[in-house]
Amino acid sequence: MASGESVAARWVSRQMVLLLVVLATLPLWIESIGLYPYLGVEIAIWMIYGLGFNLLLGYSGLPSFGHGAFFGIGAYAFGLFQLRVFESLFLGIACAVTAAFVAGAIVACFLSHRRGIYFALMTIAFGQVFWFISIKWHTLTGGEDGLLNIPRPAFELGVASAGLGSNTALFYFVLVVLAVVLVALWRLVHSPFGKVLQAIRQNEVRARFVGYNVWLFKWTVFAISAAIAGLAGSLFSMAQQSAYPDVMSLHASGIIVMMTLIGGGFVSFWGPVIGVAVYFLARDVLGAVTETWLLWFGLIFVLAVLFKPEGIAGAWQQHVGSGDRRSLARRAVAGFLSAGRK
Amino acid sequence: MALFEARGIHKRFGHQVVLERIDLGFESGQLSGIMGPNGAGKTTCFNVLTGQYKPDRGQVVLAGEDITGLAPNTIARKGIARSFQIMSLFDEYSALENLLIALPEVRERGFTMMNRLDSDSAAADRASTVLARVGLAGRERQRAGDLAYGERRALEIGVALAAEPRLLFLDEPTSGLSAKAIAGLAELVQGLKRDYSIVVIEHDMQFLFGLADTISVIHWGQVIASGAPEALRENKWVRRSMLGGKA
Repeated sequence: MASGESVAARWVSRQMVLLLVVLATLPLWIESIGLYPYLGVEIAIWMIYGLGFNLLLGYSGLPSFGHGAFFGIGAYAFGLFQLRVFESLFLGIACAVTAAFVAGAIVACFLSHRRGIYFALMTIAFGQVFWFISIKWHTLTGGEDGLLNIPRPAFELGVASAGLGSNTALFYFVLVVLAVVLVALWRLVHSPFGKVLQAIRQNEVRARFVGYNVWLFKWTVFAISAAIAGLAGSLFSMAQQSAYPDVMSLHASGIIVMMTLIGGGFVSFWGPVIGVAVYFLARDVLGAVTETWLLWFGLIFVLAVLFKPEGIAGAWQQHVGSGDRRSLARRAVAGFLSAGRK
Repeated sequence: MALFEARGIHKRFGHQVVLERIDLGFESGQLSGIMGPNGAGKTTCFNVLTGQYKPDRGQVVLAGEDITGLAPNTIARKGIARSFQIMSLFDEYSALENLLIALPEVRERGFTMMNRLDSDSAAADRASTVLARVGLAGRERQRAGDLAYGERRALEIGVALAAEPRLLFLDEPTSGLSAKAIAGLAELVQGLKRDYSIVVIEHDMQFLFGLADTISVIHWGQVIASGAPEALRENKWVRRSMLGGKA
């Protein structure tokens, strides 16, 4: 069981480096393929959101259909901090993460003794409660209009300082956050905690009978996942310079489920990363062809759930694992996709 | 004092009384058997003793400590491990990972979030030792869901053993096994008797009579007889419940 990996390899995988290099160079080539730099900001933010969400769905087997609530809470908390307290990048983000964590922890108290469809239904119910509050509590949230003109505070760390006013600067800041989240979650899913989560997903009863407090594990992972959604939400409100109820809607919560499943979150750490990229490319490429692009994307989702619930990552792994047409390149990519579960 | 005692256990589901005044005692270092016909309440009794169900009345005592109504994970941490009649494994994990996750030292580090479990060679060695003990050496990397039925039964026992129990409960371990596999299992359990206190629920009389030091017979939710296997063969109540005759 002991691996001969170097210390660096235990923290950072080759897949991670490749992903970050591709993203880091994105501002250099994205316009040459007809897209725009802000897309990179969106993709990186939603990758953070998706990776945190997959901790819950893919690793713990807990389907949350109301996770947009925590994304929204993070967005509002960041916005309110900047608008009503003072402008500070890191304190604003800390406030967003804390608010989402606390909200997630409270909701998880009611959810953690449930599983399956009952768990899913309760996440919808709580998601709708937060969404309703965001619309009705005008004095705090700005109602349906939301919070507008949220500033992008400058990055200040000791003597280092940089403005995040441009989308390129913000993109690189979000990329650094994504890198931190990637490393932390990569370690987490390979830690005893991550292994227990996967054991609970496979057989909750057995996990309980070998001595694990399943309720506490489910509570903890839900709160962590909510906190990461809040982190993504804070970055989103910075990117959009606004926070609004739509991100908390059932529709928005469903999108992250769709991204994670289509990408293959059930079989690969990289599932949500793939799903997010595919979703945004579909939105911008298919969207350029037809206004009904979401209909077609939804159809792909339905087909994926029916015939290939393992998603793109699973389909690729299966394709490479069968038949004579194995190639070095295909096997390399399959190894890339399955690495999170080995 | 017995290692484990059940005192006056009652359990009902709705209007159906399933267990009535169950008194059982399991001694340390012995293999105790529980047998009875289908529907007698054996598995419900097991589930009450291991924490899956709370008894309506009565007391469950482990080494003098009242553990009545405690959660299964709490009872497991006090040293009671069990296997299941319907196999209950972590099917996507390898055989080795199934045991790793059950090791007490891994359990104690369950909330560690930044150390990698797959680099803990000491834990892996211990898991490998247990795996070899249940006859699955060489199957470390095999996915549990892909193991043969008899191997899964052995792994089921291995997961319970990995928890280093003070008392090991085995629920119908011969269920679904061939005669040859049952013989192999009997040999395994015979070997485990040297190191563990064991309680076995079983409907295979030959298996149980060959291994048990004492047996309790449950019928209609009550203990109708207890004692050494030889004595039970002559017990008229056991014969009447068609148990002794099959043995």
